[in-house]
Amino acid sequence: MAFQYIPVTEEERQEMLRVIGVDSIEALFADIPQSVRLARPLNLGPPLSDPELWALLRRLADQNGHCDRYTCFLGAGAYDHYVPSVVWHLAGRGEFLTAYTPYQAEIMQGELQAIYEYQTLLCELLAMDVANASMYDGASALAEATVMARDLTKRDRILVSRAIHPEYRQVIQTYTRHLGMEIVEIPLREGVTDLDAARDLLSEKVAALVLQIPNFFGCIEDGEAASEIAHKVGALLVVGIADPLAMGILRPPGEYGADIVAGEGQPLGNHLNFGGPYLGMMATRQEYVRRIPGRLVGATVDVEGRRGFVLTLQTREQHIRRERATSNICTNESLNALAAAIYMVALGKQGIQKVAELNLRKAHYAKTRMVEIPGFSVAFRAPTFHEFAIRCPLPPEELNRRLLPHGIIGGLPLRRFYPELADGWLLCVTEARSREEIDRFVDLVKEVAA
Amino acid sequence: MNQREVPLIFEESVPGRVATRLPDPDVPDVPLEEIVPKESLREKPPEFPEVSEPEVVRHFTWLSRRNYAVDLGFYPLGSCTMKYNPKLNEDAAKLPGFSRLHPYAPEELTQGALRLMWELERFLCEISGMDRVTFQPAAGAHGELTALMMVRAALEDRGERRTKVVIPDSAHGTNPASAAMCGYEVVVVKSDERGNVDIQHLRQVMNDQVAALMLTNPNTLGLFEEHILEIEEIVHAHGAFLYLDGANLNAMLGITRPGDQGFDVMHFNLHKTFSTPHGGGGPGAGPVGVKDTLAPYLPIPTVERDGERFYLDYDRPKTIGKVRAFYGNFAVLVRAYTYIRALGAEGLREVAETAVLNANYLLSRLRPYFDLPYDRRCMHEFVLSGRRQKREYGVTTRDMAKRLLDYGYHAPTIYFPLIVEEAIMIEPTETETRKTLDAFADAMQRIAEEAATNPDLVRSAPHTTPVKRLDEVRAARNPNLRWKPA
Repeated sequence: MAFQYIPVTEEERQEMLRVIGVDSIEALFADIPQSVRLARPLNLGPPLSDPELWALLRRLADQNGHCDRYTCFLGAGAYDHYVPSVVWHLAGRGEFLTAYTPYQAEIMQGELQAIYEYQTLLCELLAMDVANASMYDGASALAEATVMARDLTKRDRILVSRAIHPEYRQVIQTYTRHLGMEIVEIPLREGVTDLDAARDLLSEKVAALVLQIPNFFGCIEDGEAASEIAHKVGALLVVGIADPLAMGILRPPGEYGADIVAGEGQPLGNHLNFGGPYLGMMATRQEYVRRIPGRLVGATVDVEGRRGFVLTLQTREQHIRRERATSNICTNESLNALAAAIYMVALGKQGIQKVAELNLRKAHYAKTRMVEIPGFSVAFRAPTFHEFAIRCPLPPEELNRRLLPHGIIGGLPLRRFYPELADGWLLCVTEARSREEIDRFVDLVKEVAA
Repeated sequence: MNQREVPLIFEESVPGRVATRLPDPDVPDVPLEEIVPKESLREKPPEFPEVSEPEVVRHFTWLSRRNYAVDLGFYPLGSCTMKYNPKLNEDAAKLPGFSRLHPYAPEELTQGALRLMWELERFLCEISGMDRVTFQPAAGAHGELTALMMVRAALEDRGERRTKVVIPDSAHGTNPASAAMCGYEVVVVKSDERGNVDIQHLRQVMNDQVAALMLTNPNTLGLFEEHILEIEEIVHAHGAFLYLDGANLNAMLGITRPGDQGFDVMHFNLHKTFSTPHGGGGPGAGPVGVKDTLAPYLPIPTVERDGERFYLDYDRPKTIGKVRAFYGNFAVLVRAYTYIRALGAEGLREVAETAVLNANYLLSRLRPYFDLPYDRRCMHEFVLSGRRQKREYGVTTRDMAKRLLDYGYHAPTIYFPLIVEEAIMIEPTETETRKTLDAFADAMQRIAEEAATNPDLVRSAPHTTPVKRLDEVRAARNPNLRWKPA
């Protein structure tokens, strides 16, 4: 059988074996002991032709209820934003898609320049000095940020707000468990981090105070106050982000003294993809650049003085420093970072403000309308961006079940992560939701809750 | 390749231009300060460029033409398996049922996605001889870390606190870095003169403090570990785990299975073996396969099946937890699944056979011109040395790699593995024609000749690329990591 991805013909195979000086393919595998050879064909089913395979994949995809078929009010770390057509037309070009890491800089200037532009755009958005070329996702980026804070301060204790995405907190636990680090959770007060409790927990043993802004409940935390109390004891302020679009309108972490910003870049032009690939964002201050994990692109010149770009400060990385590297990360999420760069450019200076404002206004409208329904109320008073928690007169799980036949994916029942908030429903309204959809949603909630 | 310098997008900015037209708010106009207090609002917008849509398209299209890629030509990058990335995979991943699916969508809306993951797990188990697979790790190194965390949890469950991980001197840098991130001390085991793990040395370094041996097989010299069964015995006799870095799985598909060689745990690189594109450095996917002994420690959630229903199982008391949010790089899994279904058992075996055939063929063609430190039948890749050219003509491996760019090829992996002086590591993969291999061999031969007859030409290469050799020292000494207005 001829396979479409394997060009060598039987005739060529025989000639090549002759050049090698063996009489069979089998002879090439002589170093593998017979006792560990697989004596049967793999049980994987027959190869499928292209049309058969396409039909199978469409069947599988059609079994899923995606955000073009359903109206989505679910966020919680993955956001349904509008992605301009240019983003994946450009990021999907074979020259970007099928390239390797740009170690051979002379023939990879396109990739390197695009990532340098990504780093610049992210620095602008977050008001930070330096951003790396990406981490795996928001959760692992935030976990690596805590390790970086430990390395910078030589202190082992990390204060982590309970208002950080629960899965991010789980990943911080997993990453730090074997490194002699101690994770202390800061309790909630009214849906935001209890900064009085944080102040009591802060000491000269603490490496970092870690907050998410806006937090998991969509609430905007007081970054300024957090920065002040952390820095007073020489701890770093690490800010986690689940949706960087918020920074189009909200005060960016660099402006209130964040030392490390880490979080999820998916909302910047990347699709929901059932959870991945997304991209981890990581940014810091200039003075900490030699402790940042991951790849960095820098500008330089070639031997003729022309501007060019290279991977730089590589002595931080595993392929040079091995067990003394700042992280083990090698493969990152470059293509997703490229998409994020194209997205930020496509929005431009006006668009980033406008899209953030649309999120803010639409969510505010939805929140205002939701609490007009008898029995529903706002869970927390703090201002919110595009997510907000609502207290419901019946279990949110039940509401979701009743809304689904109407083509609506409801919010996240908070009970899943916060047992004490069993009547809490986390709703998300992005710029992709129209007023008509919001009104229909509110009317249906009223109807199914009655 | 595009020789024309492309200005930075910031340098193209003209105030007032837009590339995306967004709607005006369709909800009642409320003063912003009533929604968010003024002190939480941004005072100054981010300085994003202001350009129109055609400018965005031309900018990134021109940039793409300053890139080398598998779609353009041969990429003999050892240990990276730069095979062709099928287009059907891309279309599959773009289906809205996959790309527009929210990770927290209710279970009844995610049955197709969960089925795909469940089936892919069975495929990878069958291919590797492992019992279970987690898809959470986003890359090979992430998989290594996840695997070591599981090893550590299993040992702690046995009441053991072991402190060391043994790693061959030929290993990828991620291996020791991952061990360190899991809190282990790294002990290096030497290679012998045939490129295998030095069995005598392994016996010396193994003791009851060793948690695992991390082995790449075939190893980074492209050689199958001839003493794999002995290694397995030694490691297990000390109660340690045997870990496979699956970077080189391409050579083994349908031929031999890590699980049958005695490995307890391994990672796959779907972006190498299973044809998903490298994306200029990522995304990849680094699923981890385990034998039943380690299955209780898998990250949560796992994908399970109950009759015709597929579900995510978070109720796993011994889990190590999570290593990222959600379930893994799902869109990468879709591509790998598509690839496996396209080739089936027969095709995957042909992948391995052809990858090994192509490597041995290329080795035969290049052998006369370069030193071959480990003169054995190679698997899917091989490692030459440029030490002769360096010694006799003062031309380094880096110089020859750069000269290859002039001939229109990507360079091989160089200076790795560390145990080979002036290493040149070549992996042709199965997706290249014989004609391509011959043309590449001809180019390498010419460069070897140039090194002797015109060394300056090679030392000053590349000559035809969009930029010439770049000043890396300057880049590192005075890091310029973002654009700033002049």
